[in-house]
Amino acid sequence: MSLIGGLVAILTCQLAGEFLVELFALPLPGPVLGMLLFLIALLVRRPGPDSGLVRAGDGLLVHLQMFFIPPAVGVVVHAALIGQHWLPIVVGMLASWAVTLLAIGGIAQLLARFAPKGEPT
Amino acid sequence: MNPDAAAQAVLDSPLFGLTVTLGAYWVGLRLWRALGRTALAHPVLTATALIAGVLALSGISYEQYLIGGQLITFLLGPATVALALPLYRQFTQVRRAALLVVGSVLVGSVIGVISGYLITSWLGGTRELALSMAPKSVTTPISVALAERIGGIAPLTAVITVVTGIVAAVVGPALLTLFRITDPRARGLAMGGASHGIGTARALQESETAGAFSGLSMGLSGLTTSLIIGVVLTWIAPLG
Repeated sequence: MSLIGGLVAILTCQLAGEFLVELFALPLPGPVLGMLLFLIALLVRRPGPDSGLVRAGDGLLVHLQMFFIPPAVGVVVHAALIGQHWLPIVVGMLASWAVTLLAIGGIAQLLARFAPKGEPT
Repeated sequence: MNPDAAAQAVLDSPLFGLTVTLGAYWVGLRLWRALGRTALAHPVLTATALIAGVLALSGISYEQYLIGGQLITFLLGPATVALALPLYRQFTQVRRAALLVVGSVLVGSVIGVISGYLITSWLGGTRELALSMAPKSVTTPISVALAERIGGIAPLTAVITVVTGIVAAVVGPALLTLFRITDPRARGLAMGGASHGIGTARALQESETAGAFSGLSMGLSGLTTSLIIGVVLTWIAPLG
């Protein structure tokens, strides 16, 4: 499959995801459902590393972090509010994030003792 | 010849936001490489500071910047879909780890909401601020929708969500190592579950396994947080 074919497949998965979320009023965003649909497509088609599906997907993931820059700049709009309530906002965000991160990581690592590593059998 | 009109015409086109974002990110990447790829010089952090500085100095509004900026943010959707790719390549591993994925993400979603609300309240935040903080662990489109539903300030939640992700990308891996969380699956689950897409982008740099579990964790925690946030909040914060 060509690169364009891969992009069409990814966009179609997102489109279908957004449509189904609207249709059934599901509590998750369209792209996350699209990710699930794309995973099913990948598992069915089993594309190799040279396939357009893989190249298009990897192309989008290389600079995934860049797509978050415009919403991050929105911090300037709320600078006054944040400055006024910086303690609960900044410290609350940092503390709550750290607790959540370590809770998930700690529990996962504890449970990992019961789950075998994924070496191919 | 009218320089003001010419500048206005350029500013009203998406070209301005696109160029500034790509340019700032390019500078951010170069600085990051020049400083030996240290997490402290995370390119998104540099780029955000640069653009915020440009807007503040020039007096150009955020809305004007977003004419082009939103074209870049739009790509978040297709990129989220593409997160199925690391999941596909690691599918055997992911399937075997179903127990630790579901267990950790479920508990993590509850802790994320409770800690966001309570810590903000304890530090003197108003109920509105605490409600804006509660959904911050999950990906921006969900956190914003949830903030609206529970009575938080949705645009503030958007900013807090993205900044949480940047913080995670900068200090997350070091914090996990400090607490001896070394299993790549656990590291990925933690990054994606507590800090959504930017956390996942960072986990992908660490290893394909961490990236796959992070993408999965991000999707799953978005779903579980949406389902539990109402129940958890009525439990810890009955309407005053």
